[in-house]
Order: sequence, then structure tokens, then C-alpha cells
Amino acid sequence: MSEPLLQAMNLQCERDDRMLFRDLSFSILPGTLTRVEGPNGSGKTTLLRILAGLNDAWSGDLLWLGKPLARQRDEFLQNMMYIGHRPGIKPLLTPLENLRALMAGRKTVSDSVLMQALAGTGLSGFEDVPCRRLSAGQQRRVALARLLIADEPLWILDEVFTAIDIDGVAALESLLVERARAGGAIVVTTHHDLQLPSMQRISLGGGDGF
Amino acid sequence: MASEARVRLRPAHEAIGVLPAMKAVFLRDLKTAFRQHQDLLNPLLFFVMVVSLFPLGVSPEVSFLQQAGSGILWVAALLSVLLSLDHLFRHDFDDGTLEQLVLQPQPLFLLVLAKTLAHWVLTGLPLVLLAPLLGVMVHLDGNSIAVLCLTLLIGTPVLSLIGAIGAALTLGLRSAGVLLSLLIIPLYIPVLIFGTGTVAAAADGASVGGYMALLGAFLVLALTLAPFAAAAALRISLSNS
Repeated sequence: MSEPLLQAMNLQCERDDRMLFRDLSFSILPGTLTRVEGPNGSGKTTLLRILAGLNDAWSGDLLWLGKPLARQRDEFLQNMMYIGHRPGIKPLLTPLENLRALMAGRKTVSDSVLMQALAGTGLSGFEDVPCRRLSAGQQRRVALARLLIADEPLWILDEVFTAIDIDGVAALESLLVERARAGGAIVVTTHHDLQLPSMQRISLGGGDGF
Repeated sequence: MASEARVRLRPAHEAIGVLPAMKAVFLRDLKTAFRQHQDLLNPLLFFVMVVSLFPLGVSPEVSFLQQAGSGILWVAALLSVLLSLDHLFRHDFDDGTLEQLVLQPQPLFLLVLAKTLAHWVLTGLPLVLLAPLLGVMVHLDGNSIAVLCLTLLIGTPVLSLIGAIGAALTLGLRSAGVLLSLLIIPLYIPVLIFGTGTVAAAADGASVGGYMALLGAFLVLALTLAPFAAAAALRISLSNS
């Protein structure tokens, strides 16, 4: 698997009459970690949403395994996991129910595996507490528990480190490194100062200030 | 923490089937709804209040109520479905569940169908079950009540399905209420006309077969087309958010 999973060629996106980026080309190879950088409002989330197929307002080419992504959407969706900054956690459901519902369409997972994943993110004891009673960081961890179960080759993670404590950040970093070493491709945006070996960077321009 | 096995592409046969995925979506919606009682009771309470205000506000005469009863019930049911529509995708949109739904490998229109079905079970079905009681209250005879319930049973799923399109289209707007009503009510009118027409025909002793067939045709049409339209509208709304 040394062929790029995802290739972007001459991506261009305009939002509210403002050019976010143009002539953006890069490849996402298996076993690599890619960090999308840029100041607030430079289009990091927009780029990730474009890569995940959630945003249609762009021009250029996106290739999945060398072929246009739009024509093989099902294969792409089956092999891609996206966690946005609104991670899909229902406040009324418990962490276990949330995780179960999120995995339901992707992979058959037994409840004990789900419990293990929740324990692995430091949520043991909270499995049956409605998520609205959990702190922001804990809710975030419910979504991140997916990382311990997911086996999609491509992960697209928007602001993964938000609201996570120092120990959690360290564990998450090592998880991502392990994952890349095992051959997974990861695309992240973060304001956290992520320093990992062999990291690809995509820098988006942006405004000035401060 | 990471799995030991090398990461590989997932072959197509490992995909989760459509039915289990739909079931999961359906059950999650039921579960969240039952934990939020107000949202569940609101349309029902509205339905009961509107119907019970008519005898007070217009006329408690038996002859008037017998004549207008089915229409009152239908209009009240239609409005209470309309009232509940904004919730159909709104919460999912706000907490990001909708993004995850769109990114599931299963066809989106079927997942939307599962969501719409859950919406009907939570709003339309209780209205149908409550209708006989309110039918007695407005002095409808037994035959008319039976026909009325049957028309509501066929008609309310159509309301949910058409409503899903409007709810999906207005998702990106901050205050969708008015626009949603404007978009949807014209499409509800045929269902209303044939729904009340059926009951009127039954009261006159005419055959209701033709009316029922037309209502059934509406349902089939809505079942086959509305999920596609709603799924497309959801993608647009998400893309613009």
C-alpha cells in the first residue's frame, strides 16, 4: 500500500467571496500523518470537510486510489472515518449508546469491545451516565473512543485535541503515531503544538492580526 | 493502544448491510425521543387542544360538530405534524450526528427513510391512536371514526415524508419555522382534501374505495420519492453549513 490513498489536485475553494485556498495539491499516503495548519478562519475545517466529502463548494480534482472520488463514493466512505468538531455525540444518550450508534453503520462490534474502548479513553464508570452530564472533555473522549475501534485506513480528524487534558493529549499522540506506523493515514487540524516524526504539513494562508 | 494488525483497505463484503444500519438509526431516534418527553408530548397536546377548542369557540351543536368534525381532526393532525417537523433533523444537525449519518457507507436515502419512519412512529402514530377518542368527542358515528382513523393511518406517513424534504431544505436557516410552513403546506393540501373527502363520503354512505386508493397512491409516491429528495436536500444543507 504505497499508492496514495487520497490525492488532491489544484483544489480551490471560495467562501463568502473570499479565496480560502487555490492550487492546493497534495497526496495522502498510507502510514503518514498530515497536519493542516493555518490561523483561525484560514479554511482548515473547510478543507477537511471537502476531503471527507461533506462540502461540495470546491473545484479541482480529488482522487481516491487514483480514481475520481465522486465515482466511488461508497468504497471511499467505507474506508474513511471523519470526526468533526461537532463529533456526533447525543447529549441524551449514554457514552455506550452513543458509541454503539456511531459504530452501527460501519462495523459489527460487541458491547464488551465498546466498553473496553470507553475504558481506554478513561471513561470507565461513566458508561451509563447521559452525555449531557459529562464534561466537554469527557464528551470529546466518547467520540475519540472510536479511534480505538476504527479500522478505516484513512482518518480525518478536525481539532482532535480540543478540551482534552495533558495526559489524554499524550496518549492520543502516541495512538496516532502507532496508527501511522501500522500503515494508517491520518489528516488532522489542531492548534496544539503537535511534533511528530515524519509529519507532512499543509499550510493554509490566512489573515493577519495579533 | 492501536491494533497490532497492519491497516488494510476494507473489502466491500465487510460493509454493514442496509437493514441493520437503518434499524440502528431508527432505534437511536426512538431512544433519544423517549428521553425528551416534552418534544414527544407537544404535538399530541397541541392536537387535543385544537380539537377541543373548536366546540368551545365555534359551536357545540351536534349537527355542526358531526359535519365539521373530521375536517377539524385532520387540520389539527396536519398542524401538529408540521409543528414537530423542525426537530426531525435539527438536533442531529447541531450535535454533528447528521454529518456522521451522511458519511455512513449505506445509501443516505434509506437512512433518511429510517429517520422519517421514526418521526412518524413518534408523532403520526400517536395522533392516529388518539383520533377515535377525539372523534367521539365531536360526535362522529362509529363508521366515520373508523374511516377517519384509516385515512389518518395512511395520510400521516405522507405528512412525515413530505415534511422531511422541507425540514432538510431549511436546515441551514436560523429560523426555519415560517419558511418550512410555506414550503410544506401547499404539498399537504391534496392529502388533506382527500383525507377529509374520504370521511365525508363515508358519512354520506358512498363508497370510499376510490378515495382510499388515491391516498394509498400518495403514500407510495411519497415513500419512493421523498427520501431521495430529503437526502439530496440534507447534503446541500450540510455543504453550506
